[in-house]
Amino acid sequence: MLETIAQQPILAALIALVGLGTLFGGLLGFAAEKFKVEGDPIVEQIDELLPQTQCGQCGFPGCKPYAESIANGDAINKCPPGGQATINAIANLLDVPAPELDAEHGEEADVRTVAFIREDECIGCTKCIQACPVDAILGAAKLMHTVIADECTGCDLCVEPCPVDCIDMLPVKETIKDWHWPAPPTTADLIASDRRAQL
Amino acid sequence: MKTWVTPGGVHPPENKHQSLTMPIGTLPLPEKLIIPLSQHIGVPANPCVQIGETVLKGQKIAEASGPLSVPMHAPTSGTVSAIEHRPIAHSSGMLSPCIEITPDGREQWIEHRGIDDFQHASSSALLKTISEAGIAGMGGAGFPTAVKLNAGHQRPINTLIVNATECEPYITADDSAIRERAQEIVQGISILSHILSNPSTILIGIEDNKPEAIAALKPHVEDTGIQVVSFPTKYPSGGEKQLVYILTGQEIPSGKLPADIGMLCVNIGTTFAIKRAVVDGEPLISRVTTMTGDACGINRNYETLIGTPVSHMLANSAFDEKACSRLVMGGPMMGFSLTSAEVPIVKTTNCILAPSFQEIPEDEPAQACIRCGMCAEACPVSLLPQQLFWYSQAKDYERLEAHNLFDCIECGACSYVCPSNIPLVQHYRHSKGEIQKARAEKIKSDHARERFEFHQQRIEQAEKDKEAKRTARREAAEKAKATAANNRETSAPGSAADIIAAAQARAAAKKISPEQQRAKFERSIAGAEMRVSMAEEKLAEADPNRTQEQENILHAAVESARQKLDQARLRLAEHNKAHHGEQVD
Amino acid sequence: MAFKQITSPHAHAAQSTSKVMQLVIWATIPGLIALTVHFGWGSLINVILATITSVIAEAVIIKLRNRPVDFYLQDYSAVVTAVLLGLALPPLVAWWVVVIGSLFSIVVAKQLYGGLGYNPFNPAMVGYVVLLISFPIQMTTWVTPLALLPEAVSHPGLLESLQIVFAGVSPADGVTGATPLDSFKYADGLLVDQIYAQDPLFSQAGIAGVGWEWVNIGFLLGGLILLGSKTFTWHGPIAMLATIALMSALFWDGGSSNSPGSPLMHLFSGASMMGAFFIMTDPVSSAVSNRGRLIYGALIGLLVYVIRAWGTYPDAVAFAVLLANFAAPFIDNYSLPRTYGHTDRRRATEKEEG
Repeated sequence: MLETIAQQPILAALIALVGLGTLFGGLLGFAAEKFKVEGDPIVEQIDELLPQTQCGQCGFPGCKPYAESIANGDAINKCPPGGQATINAIANLLDVPAPELDAEHGEEADVRTVAFIREDECIGCTKCIQACPVDAILGAAKLMHTVIADECTGCDLCVEPCPVDCIDMLPVKETIKDWHWPAPPTTADLIASDRRAQL
Repeated sequence: MKTWVTPGGVHPPENKHQSLTMPIGTLPLPEKLIIPLSQHIGVPANPCVQIGETVLKGQKIAEASGPLSVPMHAPTSGTVSAIEHRPIAHSSGMLSPCIEITPDGREQWIEHRGIDDFQHASSSALLKTISEAGIAGMGGAGFPTAVKLNAGHQRPINTLIVNATECEPYITADDSAIRERAQEIVQGISILSHILSNPSTILIGIEDNKPEAIAALKPHVEDTGIQVVSFPTKYPSGGEKQLVYILTGQEIPSGKLPADIGMLCVNIGTTFAIKRAVVDGEPLISRVTTMTGDACGINRNYETLIGTPVSHMLANSAFDEKACSRLVMGGPMMGFSLTSAEVPIVKTTNCILAPSFQEIPEDEPAQACIRCGMCAEACPVSLLPQQLFWYSQAKDYERLEAHNLFDCIECGACSYVCPSNIPLVQHYRHSKGEIQKARAEKIKSDHARERFEFHQQRIEQAEKDKEAKRTARREAAEKAKATAANNRETSAPGSAADIIAAAQARAAAKKISPEQQRAKFERSIAGAEMRVSMAEEKLAEADPNRTQEQENILHAAVESARQKLDQARLRLAEHNKAHHGEQVD
Repeated sequence: MAFKQITSPHAHAAQSTSKVMQLVIWATIPGLIALTVHFGWGSLINVILATITSVIAEAVIIKLRNRPVDFYLQDYSAVVTAVLLGLALPPLVAWWVVVIGSLFSIVVAKQLYGGLGYNPFNPAMVGYVVLLISFPIQMTTWVTPLALLPEAVSHPGLLESLQIVFAGVSPADGVTGATPLDSFKYADGLLVDQIYAQDPLFSQAGIAGVGWEWVNIGFLLGGLILLGSKTFTWHGPIAMLATIALMSALFWDGGSSNSPGSPLMHLFSGASMMGAFFIMTDPVSSAVSNRGRLIYGALIGLLVYVIRAWGTYPDAVAFAVLLANFAAPFIDNYSLPRTYGHTDRRRATEKEEG
């Protein structure tokens, strides 16, 4: 039997290849079952990189839905609060080129803001409370509302519904505790920056 | 006694003799004293005086707020003339709340009394005295001393190390203080030893470039068990980690404190302040500060009142502004530049350096890093500064952490030797700041995600509940209809009884059964309970450095959540009572 | 009063990159003198020609990159590259060989990668290897050392040397010849003792080869000066030389006809000393930590010996250094020093636990 196979190179090759195919196929199948990954890790990873402001500027109701959409091939440049840093991080994760921020969805803010309710003017309508995606506004019907500044993500979703326009988005001031040294001026002698350096 | 040698280190010109020609002097009273409320790590102190109030020397003007805070005292008698934001001793040059006192010139002390016999006083009483005297580490970081000693109380301390290294060039504040006040310093060390229940080893670590100071200490430490250990001069031997290694051969594990290996380090200036506080009852209102640099005609040490503006010191030291290349608070290696001379002296200020352009010229432009490795040779903690620089520029924070960026003590030895004049330390500080910011943002965004998910869940649940109610109502209505239809079959249509029955059925459908009502109450109790536990958790987890205000908010949140829980419970109890009969039926 | 916000430390040691580079240039002088004494004016002409070409090339490129020319020329790095290339090239080689090598070193190996500090390979060695592969005949024709010149023949004088280099005039017969490593490599079938007896390069030499031993001693001297001035640490050079010595002792083979040569010959011929103290110590392209440099030096020593003993090229410092340049980042990854307060060394790619 063995001899016959050895004498028939085509048969030998066929048997070898089929054998190998079955073996590795089985291995792969086993591995797929054994090391099965629950859920869709890429969505989680993208979601980790998004700033979690839940502002909806990307057109999705929250960061997680946008992360899912990116995982399904949506553009990665729709997140103004995250800005270029987030785009770069996602581009790095997905191994795709990093585009500029899509201006259609808003512009990157220089400073972080939080909502502030001018409490004298608040009529207690609870509309902002319903709008807040992270339950950062305290208050009850017909009673004054206030924003928990530490919990506010600065999404400004509460500004629009307020019937008396008593909500302001105030920039978060840098305190002496937050301050850290700025980067020293670079010698900037990398080739990529050459042309720009002159402009 | 055996000492160990740290890796790396540099030998910058010492320049200590200039300020040692004269004994410690005093300055005339300045026109204004500015006492920053934050001279220490931790939460700023809370002012406890009003503008216009008259204060006596040594009177408390600000209360400690929170465990990592220390109180402030009036350095002299006078009037509180302002409580506002002023520039303080900080690299950022930013403003911070300060109390301004206009001295009345009488230097009238508040009534004060020390503890006569500290040997018989309890450690907790002594700790309280130290804490009330506003003493925070005077070596640089400004860690509240009582807290440090208290931490020592939780773990046994077998080695007390007194840091008299003063390895930075130019600074002679500790040196001159030891020469003139050795006895009081040793007394302070004895107090510390008593508080720490007499650790087996007490070492005073001092560099061998201070023979006079060593000679001054020697007679006072005889028969006290305190050892004066001198070791070769090298910068930065005075770093806490370095000193521990030099004196004991042990390393403080990364991210740990000396107390974790049974040691405690105290600056020698602090021991003097402790003696004053315990024996004389005087709070910390002045310290020895070196005024030096060629831009000043007079180089010497002063017993300086906390709050003295640097400009006042300069004015009394024949300062020539045009000759001054920069103004540094601290030494030339780790001190920070001041952008304004109106900054006051604080508890941690050991030196004001006003160098001439010859001494410390303007920084030259940075050249390319050629990775020569001189920085790695100089690094006292065996990092690879050239790699850290490379990754700092690339903003590769992962690699930076893998290269132990956070073990960098920012001593500046690498920048000192760098032939390309690269401001390495600033790169590291910037990267550390960025990493910390990113960490804080990560925590914040994770928190926001959690809250958002909870919010979504809550809304979904509410939606489901509504849906359930709607179906229940529809079913009840259908049932009623069916009953009505049945009735119609049996009785005459359109009768009054029929209509009444239908109405009753509708009402029954609308009314929630007692079981449903109870379930609702129970749900609300569960919700309230969760809110209480969340609020409590938050209170427990909150930043130890939180302000009083933040703390009040958190407490209020816990309180209101508890009240709601009580209300919900009450309602359930009432409901149960009301429907008890029905249930039994 | 307003003062500037400047980061600490405020004090700086009086050391600068240009001073380091200048010191390296000065330290090559003993070697250059030995070369000139034993092999004539050729090396000096090489060095000067390479320096002029390199500095002009560097200036032009910096200008093209819109950078301040003065500032970048002042670091002397182009001069160092040029001097090292000039010393490595055979004396009396045609001018265009030197010019091509210098241009390749500066333009391609250095500036195209971003200039000083960003070049992954040693620029002088890149230039050398390009020449060695492209112009093998010119690059393997060495000058006969002074002591071995035939009677009535002397090294060409300065003017004559210039004519040979620039006008392509052929040098007199007997002026050019083989190097010790060459003759050793191609003396097949002879016992080491026989080679030593037959070849005047060895028979008239003290330790390794006429002229060559002095050149190596010259570079050793310069290297010790640099070591003494702490321009670099001992780890790299000592590891390299020790490895060469160890390998040649292990494979010495009692001086049989297969023996690749004695430790003394390997240490003091060819570019051993120059390679150990001037080429592999180029910090930009080498490993960074002391431990890393030990490994890096040992790797170069190993490669030098392997190529010399069993490869087709008689000398191998350039190839060995370039190959080790490739390995440097890998070595770095595994040779971080142990930081204060840590129990273990880490790997550079390791992530923070927890």
